[in-house]
Amino acid sequence: MNPLPRWAEIGLIPLINLTLALLVSGVVIALIGEDPIRALNVMIQGAFVYPGSLGYTLYYTTNFIFTGLAVAVAFHAMLFNIGGEGQAMLGGLGVALVCIALDPFLPGFLVILAAIGGAALFGAAWAFIPGWLQAYRGSHIVITTIMFNFIASGVMVWLLSGVMMSSGQGSPQTRQFAPEALMPKIHDILGAVGIQTANSPLNLSFLLALLACVGVWVLIWRTKFGYALRAMGHSEPAAAYAGIPVKRMIVVAMAISGALAGCMALNEILGVQHKLVLNFSAGYGFTGIAVALMGRNHPVGIVLASLLFGALFQGGAELDFEFKSITREMVLVIQGLIILFSGALAYMFTPWLARILVQRRAANA
Amino acid sequence: MIETWVDILRILDGTLRLATPLILCAMAGLVSERSGVIDIGLEGKLLIGAFAAASVAVLTGSPWLGLAAAIVASVVFSLIHGFACITHRGEQIISGVAVNILASGLTVVIGIALFRQGGQTPPMPPDARFRPIEWPLTETLGDVPVLGPLYAELISGHNLLVYVALASVVLVWWMLFRTTFGLRVRAVGEAPAAVDSAGVSVTWLRYRGVMIAGVLCGIAGAYLSIAHGAGFFREMSAGKGFIALAAMILGNWRPGIALLACLLFGFLETVTPRLQGLELPLIGEAPTALIPMLPYIFTVILLAGFFGRAIPPRALGTPYVKEH
Repeated sequence: MNPLPRWAEIGLIPLINLTLALLVSGVVIALIGEDPIRALNVMIQGAFVYPGSLGYTLYYTTNFIFTGLAVAVAFHAMLFNIGGEGQAMLGGLGVALVCIALDPFLPGFLVILAAIGGAALFGAAWAFIPGWLQAYRGSHIVITTIMFNFIASGVMVWLLSGVMMSSGQGSPQTRQFAPEALMPKIHDILGAVGIQTANSPLNLSFLLALLACVGVWVLIWRTKFGYALRAMGHSEPAAAYAGIPVKRMIVVAMAISGALAGCMALNEILGVQHKLVLNFSAGYGFTGIAVALMGRNHPVGIVLASLLFGALFQGGAELDFEFKSITREMVLVIQGLIILFSGALAYMFTPWLARILVQRRAANA
Repeated sequence: MIETWVDILRILDGTLRLATPLILCAMAGLVSERSGVIDIGLEGKLLIGAFAAASVAVLTGSPWLGLAAAIVASVVFSLIHGFACITHRGEQIISGVAVNILASGLTVVIGIALFRQGGQTPPMPPDARFRPIEWPLTETLGDVPVLGPLYAELISGHNLLVYVALASVVLVWWMLFRTTFGLRVRAVGEAPAAVDSAGVSVTWLRYRGVMIAGVLCGIAGAYLSIAHGAGFFREMSAGKGFIALAAMILGNWRPGIALLACLLFGFLETVTPRLQGLELPLIGEAPTALIPMLPYIFTVILLAGFFGRAIPPRALGTPYVKEH
């Protein structure tokens, strides 16, 4: 069925698709009367070169690693979790509840540990329900997770403009968390050991995200559970026939996926905002789909794709300053095109490429 | 007494106005999904339609050109979706997500390039919009008790696209259930292999399905920006495409029931501001913040089979691979 060699499948095809997405983005920029090459240059400078920019890029990368891993874990079981947005919001709620309840009493690092648990638990719970409904009631997971995104956002508005709103404030947000209970910033840690770096929102969540990558790799490729998960992803009837408890696996896979998405809130809420605000998930959950697609659902690929999207987001912010008529929404266009070309049209070039490669092999033989 | 009657009529009137984009989008989704192509890109098509309508109406001053532009823009997005899902058998959900994200980016990027107003369209002359149509004899009948206000408030006085939305329900029903084309569309959503072996092109049928969806979403977009509203602003579709998707599922992929679901959601949206601060027996102050979530909660409960059962077309989401 798949005649492509592995290097072409995981290297060349994504590269072609990415190039195509960037080319079309360039055409869009040219059509609105700006110079695409200059825009690319500004984005690269803005993402990696300006002081502190690398920190910002890695800070965005952190969000994408979490949401990308979330999509990937579910996808290995052929489950489409597009509820990352909602699960991240609930993760934020978990962080906020833990911090508000515990930060007057416990030392900072204990609060942080508990908050990590809170983020994972709340995210997991919000994905558990669609998982359970899919496994035991036959609901379509895509539709349920979409609906859960909207329900989550309604719940957040309700709580933050109601019981959780900090008193004496007009805007929908909680009170600030205690300063000791915040995720340490990387530039502070590096500063403490004598390395001076520019300030950026990059915090310890980044390391947690990398740890999560290792964890997911071990889980999917080195455990019995992961084997069962992948078997299920290939063929559910075969997996059931082999004695794998398919229904329970669906629920557990979704819960793990939701926990990962929920952990995105650690970076945003515990690392940067220091209070629960509305809409902090800002589309990162949806971008996670693109990240997982580009990264071929493998942790290494996901880190690389997250870096790409982190650079896009940070570099895109720079577009706002440098151009009159390009704003950071250009990033959404690029993102949409990447999802289109490397997701929906992923195999557009496969037959064509296969023909070329086969011809060359025949010529060499 | 008359006060209450007029009040009820006003609520129903508001219901119809707010349900209009939902009805058009739900019918769009229905045709696409009946042909076997999942359409979670309703939201994006609605948004790009609204943007195209407002931009062209502002630039040309003609609501008709605005409507045409909305339809063209939305159909182009349908064709992208079709190209990915039908021609290249790509994952339909992913393609839908791409359509949505692309629309929310492009509308702002092009909007700023065209008008330099932060993604909004400039103020629109009244003639560039679809205006309310006063039906004949509204004045004369206005004094007739009960029926007079009914005629004036609810039946007369809407813009053209409201009536188009209602007509679309009948048209879609008639097309799907009373024409050969509709029979084939439904067949291709249930058993494409059978349609193929009858010598009818699965691909072309599905393309027509998604294009009809594009036309309807385009009309819905024009309604938002140049009929109900007066101009485009970023993210103005605000989840309506997804509410329409929910209505379509609640309607079990049937035009009549989907219409009722749309009207129900329109009704909820209309009464929410009126319930603000209202004391209810037992509950206390009405939890108005929770009402916007009801469409989604209903959909989840229905899909879970706790009341009724939602039965999607059998081949929904499965690309068709022709046997050789």
